[in-house]
Amino acid sequence: MQAVQQKAPPMAQTQTMNIIQAVNDALKIQMRKDPRVLVMGEDVGKFGGVFRATQGLYQEFGPNRAIDTPLSEGGIIGTAIGMAIYGLRPVAEIQFADYIFPAFDQLVNEAAKYRYRSGGQYPCPLIVRTPYGGGIRGGHYHSQSPEAYFIHTPGLKVVCPATPYDAKGLLLAAMRQDDPVIFFEPKRMYRAAKGEVPTGDYEVPLEQAKVTREGKHVTLIAWGAMWHTVSEFAETLAKDGISAEVLDLRTLWPVDLTTILKSVEKTGRAVIVHEAPRTCGFGAELSALIHERAMLKLEAPVQRVTGFDTPFPYSLEHDYMPSVSRMRAAVDRTLNY
Amino acid sequence: MKTEEHSPEMKIDLLRQMLRIRRFEEKAAELYSAAKIRGFLHLYIGQEAIAAGAMRALTAEDAVVSTYREHGHALARGVAAAAIMAEMYGKAEGCCHGRGGSMHLFDVSKRFYGGNAIVAGGLPLALGLALADKLAGRARVTACFFGDGAVAEGEFHETMNLAVLWKLPLLLLCENNLYAMGTAIARALSETDLCKKAESYRMPAERIDGMDALAVAVASADATAAVRAGEGPRFLELTTYRFRPHSMFDPDLYRDKAEIAEWKKRDPLPRHIGRLKEEGLLDAAKIDAIERAVADELAQAVAFADAGTLEPVESLTRDVYARTP
Ligand SMILES: Cc1ncc(C[n+]2csc(CCOP(=O)(O)OP(=O)(O)O)c2C)c(N)n1
Ligand SMILES: [Mg+2]
Repeated sequence: MQAVQQKAPPMAQTQTMNIIQAVNDALKIQMRKDPRVLVMGEDVGKFGGVFRATQGLYQEFGPNRAIDTPLSEGGIIGTAIGMAIYGLRPVAEIQFADYIFPAFDQLVNEAAKYRYRSGGQYPCPLIVRTPYGGGIRGGHYHSQSPEAYFIHTPGLKVVCPATPYDAKGLLLAAMRQDDPVIFFEPKRMYRAAKGEVPTGDYEVPLEQAKVTREGKHVTLIAWGAMWHTVSEFAETLAKDGISAEVLDLRTLWPVDLTTILKSVEKTGRAVIVHEAPRTCGFGAELSALIHERAMLKLEAPVQRVTGFDTPFPYSLEHDYMPSVSRMRAAVDRTLNY
Repeated sequence: MKTEEHSPEMKIDLLRQMLRIRRFEEKAAELYSAAKIRGFLHLYIGQEAIAAGAMRALTAEDAVVSTYREHGHALARGVAAAAIMAEMYGKAEGCCHGRGGSMHLFDVSKRFYGGNAIVAGGLPLALGLALADKLAGRARVTACFFGDGAVAEGEFHETMNLAVLWKLPLLLLCENNLYAMGTAIARALSETDLCKKAESYRMPAERIDGMDALAVAVASADATAAVRAGEGPRFLELTTYRFRPHSMFDPDLYRDKAEIAEWKKRDPLPRHIGRLKEEGLLDAAKIDAIERAVADELAQAVAFADAGTLEPVESLTRDVYARTP
């Protein structure tokens, strides 16, 4: 057949990367293309970042575009906001998402509202990259997943890649749009998640979820590090004859409701999995949205598997994090409803 | 400092406290390699003279607010070594049931208000401890430890201002080890003379050799006495150096090998031992006896932690609220 014989487009060159390398690659590409882009944060320059995500940027772009800051989260985000509303494209790093709170005021009251407050005169194209999540025995303050605070704040976009491919493509897309983005990176998977990543430029559009596994009995919704757990879980379900569809949201807000509803309307069941505490976690909003829009297509109430409503614990971390057995119980609840 | 405080016993005790911390942390590093202690571990080795010297100035009624590099503070304050070790293991028998680990040691019986993995997080709340004492007319002191890194945070400046404005019974102890993770102090602060910074808030300040246990003890006693007498807050900058990397993950690429070696020559332990020997207060047998007592305490702490149990999952939600909803 003609179509089959046609030469496929030349395969983009790819390279095996982990998430750290993918983030680093995205920053380098965009910094080469756009002189307005710069990175700043604690030890991001000379030292290359505590997780090494900004390694080599100082050497290539110099101290004015890979700016080392002291411990000063409010100062880092505030400065980045000032540069953003003045036409630059700062990418600030907060070493751990748990340290973002000293800058909460600047993010929620300034970055999120600058465009709106100024009647659209001052866009604030700022990116805050920050590693989030548990699973590394970090205890209370090196493990949290604070995405819901920011999703709750109109004006901020919230992105959370799961794979190296998406990390690079989403970060490139984020650096090329005009709103403030909190870019949560799954630190537990920083080096563990490896994949083929195109070496050149490409974008993964924001606001698009991805169906990473097709299925017909139940939709499993996750993002970031939990997407990996959920994907492995879907494999085990398949062995038991349960066909799960898996969604990786990728952008948490604005959320891709179209893809979610399409899947849930097909399977009639949804289980949402996240690490953050349950109450007012993003799962609550997703569940509400699904019930509001797809009530009559549902075979069972939407289920949530989440962290508990407690601070993040050190020794009981693995009981705190959504486990396969808790996910299985939730799936069974939807199937046996 | 009152002369009786210069007693031989006091000098020997400084040595004992420093040794307790040093040996505890050497063991902790070993246990980390054996994966018994997990997560993050920040060693205090090199800075022991500060915890040993400063803690002596406090009474049982005073309060201590600490940082994430706080094993030494907790030990010198009298928090049981076994409870600390068990906490670092994540065991239910730990001082916080294993919920926090190394960076979150608390002990209400010692008025020890915690390690804190948020840099500068403890500073503003130390104001409240001090103000409560002042309002109640109690002659208690709140001692707040923090690193040079915290000085760049907004919380530090709010604390300095309010402490002086309200003339609070607060002793601020800045352990200046010249680095905040990979950032040398000159790359972090517009004014690296921390005493000048304090003075700009009209807070009396003094720079002390933090590698000299006796000097720290004397200065802390003087400052604490002034604070207790109602003279308002005092600031001590304790110059020091951490001999180990920032944490167990840190490749320590930002510090010169020669610089580290130079500081190791000022190791507070041999220095103090040398002084005591010179003064005829110490001989090999006595050092041996102290080392043995320290080793016994440590062995018991490790055995206690090893024998500990994990908190049952059912109690995960305990202590979130007064009553679990
Ligand atoms: C608010 C906050 N920001 C960043 C960090 C990450 N961090 C942990 S320790 C540290 C350096 C602190 O330096 P310093 O206060 O001098 O204490 P030292 O490690 O030298 O004892 C940094 C940046 C943190 N824990 N909290
Ligand atoms: Mg320091």
